[in-house]
Amino acid sequence: MTKELIKGNIAFAEAAIRAGLQAYFGYPITPQTEALEWMSGRMPELGRAFVQAESELGAINMVYGSACTGARTMTSSSSPGISLMQEGLSYIATSEVPVVVVNVMRGGPGLGNIAPAQSDYNQAVHGGGHGDYSPIVLAPANIQELIDITYESFDLAEKYRCIVMIAIDGSMGQMMEPAELPPFREIKKEHPAWAIVGAKGRKPNLICSLNIDEVEHEKVNLRLLARWNQIRKNEVRFKEYYLDDADFAVVGFGTAGRIALSAVRAAREKGIKVGLFRPVTLAPFPEKQIEALAARMKGLLVVEMNTGQMLDDVMRFGKDLSPVRFYGRPGGVIPLPEEILREIEALATETIPADIHPRDLWFDRLTAELGLTYEAA
Amino acid sequence: MTELQYKETVVFERPTALTPTQTTYCPGCTHGVAHRLIAEVIDEMGIRDDTIGVAPVGCAVFAYRFFDVDFVEAAHGRAPAMATGIKRSLPDRFVFTYQGDGDLVSIGMAEITHAAARGENITVIFINNANYGMTGGQMAPTTLPGQKTTSSPTGRDVELAGYPIQMAELIASIQGTSYVVRRSLHDARNIRQAKKAIRTAFEVQKRGLGFAMVELLSTCPTNWHLTPPDAMNWLKENMLPVYPLGDYKIHDAVKSAGI
Amino acid sequence: MPAKGKIVVNDFYCKACGLCVSVCPTQVIQLAPERLNVRGYHPAEQFQDGCIACATCAMVCPDAAITVYRLTPVAEQEA
Ligand SMILES: Cc1ncc(C[n+]2csc(CCOP(=O)(O)OP(=O)(O)O)c2C)c(N)n1
Ligand code: SF4
Ligand code: SF4
Ligand code: SF4
Repeated sequence: MTKELIKGNIAFAEAAIRAGLQAYFGYPITPQTEALEWMSGRMPELGRAFVQAESELGAINMVYGSACTGARTMTSSSSPGISLMQEGLSYIATSEVPVVVVNVMRGGPGLGNIAPAQSDYNQAVHGGGHGDYSPIVLAPANIQELIDITYESFDLAEKYRCIVMIAIDGSMGQMMEPAELPPFREIKKEHPAWAIVGAKGRKPNLICSLNIDEVEHEKVNLRLLARWNQIRKNEVRFKEYYLDDADFAVVGFGTAGRIALSAVRAAREKGIKVGLFRPVTLAPFPEKQIEALAARMKGLLVVEMNTGQMLDDVMRFGKDLSPVRFYGRPGGVIPLPEEILREIEALATETIPADIHPRDLWFDRLTAELGLTYEAA
Repeated sequence: MTELQYKETVVFERPTALTPTQTTYCPGCTHGVAHRLIAEVIDEMGIRDDTIGVAPVGCAVFAYRFFDVDFVEAAHGRAPAMATGIKRSLPDRFVFTYQGDGDLVSIGMAEITHAAARGENITVIFINNANYGMTGGQMAPTTLPGQKTTSSPTGRDVELAGYPIQMAELIASIQGTSYVVRRSLHDARNIRQAKKAIRTAFEVQKRGLGFAMVELLSTCPTNWHLTPPDAMNWLKENMLPVYPLGDYKIHDAVKSAGI
Repeated sequence: MPAKGKIVVNDFYCKACGLCVSVCPTQVIQLAPERLNVRGYHPAEQFQDGCIACATCAMVCPDAAITVYRLTPVAEQEA
């Protein structure tokens, strides 16, 4: 196979098709729409199911129905659409049907804008819908990784009978990069034993998120948690760059991690011993790795395209072991490598006050720099 | 005179597509009649092995307990979307939704309308009982003008709460549909006709002719505060004028299939 | 002459809603005054002859509790 120049939105759509996707349901929303458009041509051409739904609510419930038959099913959307899907996602999680969802995040909250952002981190890693459940959340940082992760995501979803969310942002959806697409996999012929396919030769199957008996539903909750613990044990993924001899580490995922990597390289040229830790699974979060990292480093810099959502997780596992600094640009603004480089330099030279939250320090720095004043808390 | 000996022939018995389970419906509620009719059709067509039901949120939330077929339980109003997903992935199975009027006409208006517009090859059984039964008899989009409910205590005021939605008429106006009728469950004759319509709706699906919906006027003796026989009468007197029975859409393809 | 029939009500399903009683053209069904089923309902029962096997009761029964039989005299059949 040779590499070709391919756009993020098309890349994950085609990777899913090659992974044996049997049904896609979606609704147009920028910056994700090319994926839906790609599916609208490719899926019918291959004799597979495609519906442009009436809304994201419709789409996710079509996904739910299709996944109940055991068919490999996915949807993709962007932040406001993912919010609308939360009802269905909660039902899907409870019903334990495998589903893949791609969120091409954009500037929020509200209608926000169509610029890239990472502000759905909390919604994604905490499930987003009502009730106790945790999806697997994967955050690739380049097109090849996006392809590989999408290709594998169906196996993961089926292995754990859970939701796999792939969280990228608008810039990755729109970006073109040389990448290699994987080979076509055979469409599954067999239906899993739990699937809803007609009760031939057996008692009826039921897929349901309702348990009027709370003691029974408690068991469902505990079963979901048991599975989640398996996932936490087996599926943590991350990437490390220049960390072997590093004194300082930047922590960033997806596009923020990718931009941070350029800043790390620039800092290295200036003689700063800094590396990058890039979580690939946002859920399960690389807790132990962050802990070990913090124990080894003189300081951590968390970089995100939001107001510090992953920061809270890094703080949870690292703050007692290492000073933490934060830099973020929310609302659709992409941080420049120069901005991050400046932050790395400050991390290496300034003392971080232990008694002030890194978010508060960052807020004061950023608002001063932007010339904005807000009422004091 | 010696006693005459008789041979017993079964004229009517419980359909086998119903599980041997007591339903959760109130005494005299015609949800049960609708269930029985669907089960009779499944039996007669011999499609138990290939049928997939989609249960709603409403009093029929446990419908899956009462049918001996594979079932899923949808979120409130989303049954047609879920049925779409199932049918698109398993085009040769029979997929039906069973939905109340809060489910189908209120919260699920978008899902039902677009499933109809797409001409999804599914069967929709729509139970119109002019209120939200499960949550205790609140006003539904189908509640009659002036009808008292727990959330329209002085009667539905059309100035403030709008008018009933005639769903069969509305859905029939969508070009994508194939078979849309309204029947009633208030007496034996009408129940027989309802059964025929349900059979036709499944036959439409069998032949791949597209979207079929049977609206069934149904009683809610509990929240109407009537005895079951009085509820049958109330339906006849009050609902029939607002919801006229009839065939609202029978596509030429359905006619020429001679079902 | 109308057909001769009988009904059997399955106590397990019957909720004593009385719909069958109200529709029977020959008024041969009652809610058993002395008997209770497991749910505490007085189940319906055919309490006298005169059933014509019209199945009207079974048609309106929401709980599919009624089986209807047509009775044909054996002698008549053989003739
Ligand atoms: C999203 C959501 N909103 C509200 C409810 C609460 N709820 C349960 S049943 C119901 C009304 C059902 O009424 P209808 O569809 O008319 O069916 P019936 O009970 O009359 O058969 C409502 C509002 C819910 N379960 N989910
Ligand atoms: S509340 Fe009404 S609709 Fe619901 S089961 Fe009782 S009678 Fe039927
Ligand atoms: S109609 Fe059915 S449930 Fe009601 S009383 Fe008669 S047998 Fe019992
Ligand atoms: S079959 Fe007809 S006559 Fe016989 S009990 Fe039922 S309703 Fe009455």
